[in-house]
Amino acid sequence: MSERNITTIHSTSRSTNSLWVTLLVFLLIQTLTTGLAQAADEYRTVSVADPYLELRTGPAVGYPIFHVIDRGEPVDIIKRRTDWFLVRGLDGKEGWVDRGQMERTLQTGGQEIEFAQANQQDFTDSRWELGLMTGDFGGANVISLYTGYSLNPNVSIEAWGSQILGNFSNGWMASVNVVHETWPDWRISPFFTLGAGIIHTEPKPTIIQGEDRTDEVAHAGIGLRVYATRRFILRAEFKSYVVFTSRDDNEEVEEWKVGFAFFF
Amino acid sequence: MESRFRLLFLVLPLFTLGLSGCAATKNLFGWGEEEAPPPAEIPEGQVIEPQVERRKIKEPKIDSEDFEIGAFAGIMSIEDFGSNLVYGVKLAYHVTEGFFVEGSVGRTEGGLTSFEVLSGGAPLLTDSERELTYYNLNVGYNILPGEGFIGEGRAYNTAFYVIAGLGSTSFAGDDRFTVNFGAGYRFLVTDSIALHIDFRDHLFDIDLLGQEKTAHNLEGTLGVSVFF
Repeated sequence: MSERNITTIHSTSRSTNSLWVTLLVFLLIQTLTTGLAQAADEYRTVSVADPYLELRTGPAVGYPIFHVIDRGEPVDIIKRRTDWFLVRGLDGKEGWVDRGQMERTLQTGGQEIEFAQANQQDFTDSRWELGLMTGDFGGANVISLYTGYSLNPNVSIEAWGSQILGNFSNGWMASVNVVHETWPDWRISPFFTLGAGIIHTEPKPTIIQGEDRTDEVAHAGIGLRVYATRRFILRAEFKSYVVFTSRDDNEEVEEWKVGFAFFF
Repeated sequence: MESRFRLLFLVLPLFTLGLSGCAATKNLFGWGEEEAPPPAEIPEGQVIEPQVERRKIKEPKIDSEDFEIGAFAGIMSIEDFGSNLVYGVKLAYHVTEGFFVEGSVGRTEGGLTSFEVLSGGAPLLTDSERELTYYNLNVGYNILPGEGFIGEGRAYNTAFYVIAGLGSTSFAGDDRFTVNFGAGYRFLVTDSIALHIDFRDHLFDIDLLGQEKTAHNLEGTLGVSVFF
């Protein structure tokens, strides 16, 4: 298994002269060197409390168990990926252990150990949320990115940016809204929302003669937040918009969206 | 990972408060070191050791590598406009051992259509309209995780994944709603560095050549990524 630790990095040659690619490569090297610097740090050591600790060759349930470490022996925790931990035994063998087994190891002082794991309680109590949604905005496609901040478990404020891609016009919308959840501790938590913002519309010149315009919008909506797993949320919502146009009539637009989000 | 996010979003308010050095701030936000209760003194002459209740400790100080950043380059064919070099960057977050979400941006350029070449007339698009830029947001699943072997003594973790998502493509003077799907193969050279082979189909509607149609734009790329 020690072959896994070979850190020969083959340089990749790529003939792109763009500045931002160069920047990215720089960032990659930066990340790499940080990773190597971290490798020099001391690892957290725990001792096995179960009869034995099973080491797999990869971070998923399908990988074979190739080695076991007996009760009482110390292991170094090198890194974590999703719910899997890369550990190293006294003999230098490295393998992946699932979180369930790691929770049954002990610290050097003999204390039990608990690994950070988001759960449904965090879904209710978390402060920040970042999500992506897509759907239909009055017949056009819409792609939205939002971030939310909870003032308390029931009330949060959100900021949204959306790109609207339609047959006759394209545009973008920016808005802020207040969200109220009546039962924030439910796994499927309904909410309603009120907000306001601005919408910018660019009619496609090949189809419609028209000018770009920016209008104010207000909206009301209802939706559902569903706790999926770890820090992952599924979300669906309906919003009704009123666009305050400079013409005589205001425009009403209905929007349906589905998407996912993370809380932290 | 949690600590990473906390750091990101709490550094600013901390500075605003101007209390970064104050012990009260630690308790206010609740991430100060847990104070160990003083050990109970064992009275002299006691024979039986008292049962000490073990204290659970939350363990945040482990390097968590759920994010993956990478760059890729390859060939992308734009329907009717020929094939050209495509390059881009991507960022992924691994939610579970199976699922991951990914965002990527890429850029390529369209060539001349057969019509433009044969007729020899005025070009359909300006040079800047021929530039294609896309972004997309995808969900992927490691459908076949496994291992690849080189010779007798080397084993590398690999995964064949399927991926699909949507985004926007800017091409021929318009932003177009784009659906993409495909599959890829991830080869982990070390536990943190991966090589990728990716094939995608990007679908968008275009009516440039007279009638509206859904264009299939195939892309094949090679990439490298780093987990952090």
